Parts: sequence; C-alpha cells; structure tokens
Amino acid sequence: MPSTADIQAGLAEILEEVAGVAPADATPEKSFTDDLDVDSLSMVEIATAVEDKFGVAIPDDELANIKTVGDAMSFIEKNQG
Amino acid sequence: MSTPTADVVVTGLGATTPLGGDVASTWEALLAGRSGVSRITDDWAKDFPAQLVARLTIEPAEVLDRVRIRRLDRSQQVAVIAAEEAWRDAAGADSGVDPLRVAVVFGTGIGGAVTLLDQDDILEAKGPKRVSPFTIPMLMPNGPAAAVGLAVGARAGVHAPVSACASGAEAIRWGLDLLRLDRADMVVVGGTEACVHPLPMAGFSAMRAMSTRNDEPERASRPFDKGRDGFVLGEGAAALVLERADAAKARGAKIHARLAGAGGTADGYDLVAPHPEGEGAGRAITAAIRDAGLTAADIGHVNAHATSTPIGDTAEAAAIRDAIGDHPLVTATKSQTGHLLGAAGALESVFTILALREQLVPATANLDDPDDDAAVQALDIVRRDARKATFSAALNDSFGFGGHNMALVFTTV
Repeated sequence: MPSTADIQAGLAEILEEVAGVAPADATPEKSFTDDLDVDSLSMVEIATAVEDKFGVAIPDDELANIKTVGDAMSFIEKNQG
Repeated sequence: MSTPTADVVVTGLGATTPLGGDVASTWEALLAGRSGVSRITDDWAKDFPAQLVARLTIEPAEVLDRVRIRRLDRSQQVAVIAAEEAWRDAAGADSGVDPLRVAVVFGTGIGGAVTLLDQDDILEAKGPKRVSPFTIPMLMPNGPAAAVGLAVGARAGVHAPVSACASGAEAIRWGLDLLRLDRADMVVVGGTEACVHPLPMAGFSAMRAMSTRNDEPERASRPFDKGRDGFVLGEGAAALVLERADAAKARGAKIHARLAGAGGTADGYDLVAPHPEGEGAGRAITAAIRDAGLTAADIGHVNAHATSTPIGDTAEAAAIRDAIGDHPLVTATKSQTGHLLGAAGALESVFTILALREQLVPATANLDDPDDDAAVQALDIVRRDARKATFSAALNDSFGFGGHNMALVFTTV
C-alpha cells in the first residue's frame, strides 16, 4: 500500500504530465484551479490517471469536491484497495 | 475613424511548413528549389495508390511546451506556432493595442480529423471513459482560431472560415473586412492543416485527386506540367498580422506590404469540380483587383493556386489569362510545398508578399513540359530559376472544393 509520501509523489507526476505543474508545486495546500491553473477538463484527465496509477476511481460527484492536492491525496488514501 | 476604404497593411508574417520551421527558412528553401515531399514509409501506406506527403520540417513538440502539445490537435499546434511568429514579427505584444481590439480569423479545411480518428480508435479499444476530455476542442474546426486567440490574447472576436482549400485566403479577406469595418485594430489571420492520416489520404485518393508518382516524390507535384497527375498532401500553417496603415505608421511598425483588396465568389457549378473555364475564379480575381482600386495591367505577379490536378490547373490558367492577361509572372509554389489545403492561401500570401518585397518571383518546380492547353501556353510561368522583376502589385488566388474562389491583391507600400 503506498504511503502518503508515495501518493503525493504519484500525484505530482500526474500533474506534471497532464498540466505541466512543476513537481515541487504539487503540495497538499495547493488549489488545483486557483494555484495550479488546472482547468475542469484537465481534472477529468487527472481522475483517469489516478485510476490507472492507484486503482482508485473518482466518481464525478466526488471529483467536484476535490479542490486541493491534499483533498485528492485523502481521497486516494481512504479509497485504495 | 476608419472608412470602408481604409488602407490595411501587413505587419507580421509567420509560418511552419514542409520547407522550414519559420518564414525565413521556408522562403530560403523555396528559392533554393528544395522539395518538401517524401514517400510515406509507414506500413499502412503500402497498399495506398498515393503514398506521398509533404511533412513539417520541424515537429511542433520541438517548439511548443508539453501541455499545449497534449491539449491541441496538430492542426492547432502549427496554427499557434505560425501565429506566434507573426505576432512577434509585428511586435504585437509591445504595440500597446488593447486586447479588446485584437481579433483572430484562422481557417482550416479539415480541422482536427486526426484527433477524431485517434479518439475513435480509443473508443473502440477501451470504451467511452477513456476518450480524452479534450476531444471536442481538439477536433472542432474553430479550434485553431480559438487556440491562436488565446495565444495572442485576442478579445475582439475569433472567427473560423471553413471553405476547404480556400479557407486560409478567406481568413485574410475576413481580416481585411474587420479592419475596414473598424471592428478591430489588429487582426491575426491565417490558415492551418495537419491531416496526414490514412483516412483523409484514402478519401482524396478515392477522388483520384492525389499524385501516384510514388517513385519520384520530389517530382510528383508538377503544376501546369503535361505529366501532372494530382496533388501531394502537405501540412503546416501560415499567419499574417493585419492592421490599418495609419495605426501601423503611428507606432512605427515594420510594414511588409499593403493588403489592397480581396474578392470572393462561388462557382455554382459542381460540388467539387471547378468550372472548366474558371468562370467563378476569374470573377474573384476581377473583384479583388477592382477592390484594390487597380486594373489588370497593374498586376505583375500571380501566385497561383495550381495544385497539380489535371482539371484544376487548366481552369485556373484560363481564369488568370481571361481576368488579368498574359503579362504577370505566374508561379506555383505547391510544386515544392505540396498542398497545405486550408493553410495554402495563407502560406501563398506570405510568398506573394515576400516576392513583392524582394521583387523576386520563385520558380515553379517540375514544370518540364507545359500543358498544351491554350491558356497554360499563354501564361508567363516562371520556371527553372527565380526571376527578378519590377512590380508593385501581386495577386494570390485560392480555390476550394465546394466551388469557393478567393483572390487577394497585395501592393508595395
């Protein structure tokens, strides 16, 4: 089971690939839209990539509640199998 | 206050083409007689009747950041590259122009077909959840115009004429109109195409429109030549920055040429076949010359659409001879670039402007044995070597499946 640090690193990789976010910027308090300039279509791509990487599917209604990198980390941590 | 007769000038040029990654390298390769055409070596092409293509010399991924490469269809990527070069050339960012007064008109013939087809493969293989959320913005035909609009921060309006191979020229005409109507102060105009993929290749082949001279790639595109047997599909984009002459002069902008007039007509003859005598094409040419306040005698050079198809080239030759006469120096640059479809009118406008500026008409490659057609025989088509000449007005025409005819007149400043 990946640790919190692993999850953060994995998310950072996804953010860099999908949205060009520098890995150092992918810290828990960062808002996807306000701080990292990630738009709604990119959030959909991120959700798909999270499912591939961590085996955690994010339903659309949950995706709407994920505002920060920390929110995404918590969701993955709680739901991984 | 501008009037419908406001002088409009070209202050920026950009291009990425099968001859080079920018305007300077493309022009140099054109004058050097280099060909952008090669034979497709991918397995899928093995059984294709037409296996030739004119690909970009510089891959977009070498120029644009990774995120834009991921989110933009290839036709949008090259549009942005060309537009950003033109915008830099015009010093648009330093011009002090209000973004609310900057517009974009960017056309494409086919649009994001490669995205559509690639995503359909994903749909078939992996199901709907795996289809990219960027599929629609990548395939929509206004996508290139929208991407260029974001790149230059245009907020007066973003428009996307779609008229097959006349799209790029039509975009330039719309830009002229926007400035004459005072709907913008600067307009980035152009055309783009990147649809090298088995399906468009098969479709054009099925129309018998493409050259099958597969063993001689560099000799395949041969406008006006007796041995021509179709066009060669090319990819790339070209862009121009237009503004009113008074504003350009006031800010001390470098002025490449004046966009003096434009004309557009429809054949009303057949869905894809041109009128055999180029009736609609000739009317577009005449309208553009009249719009420029000139007469046919003033036109010293024509960059012809001349795609190297058997029917199209003779129809155009008739249109040029009948509407202008036998005096202009004619060239057909698709002999080296291939046919960039929706980008063709924009790229050939760039060539027309450079020819005007340098008083030098590039040669038509592969014109070894001009067609016996009377109109082709009547024209003074530049061949073998570029020709020096003195002229103050030049015309670029473009025609598209659907019976679209466009003509643009550029003059020296």
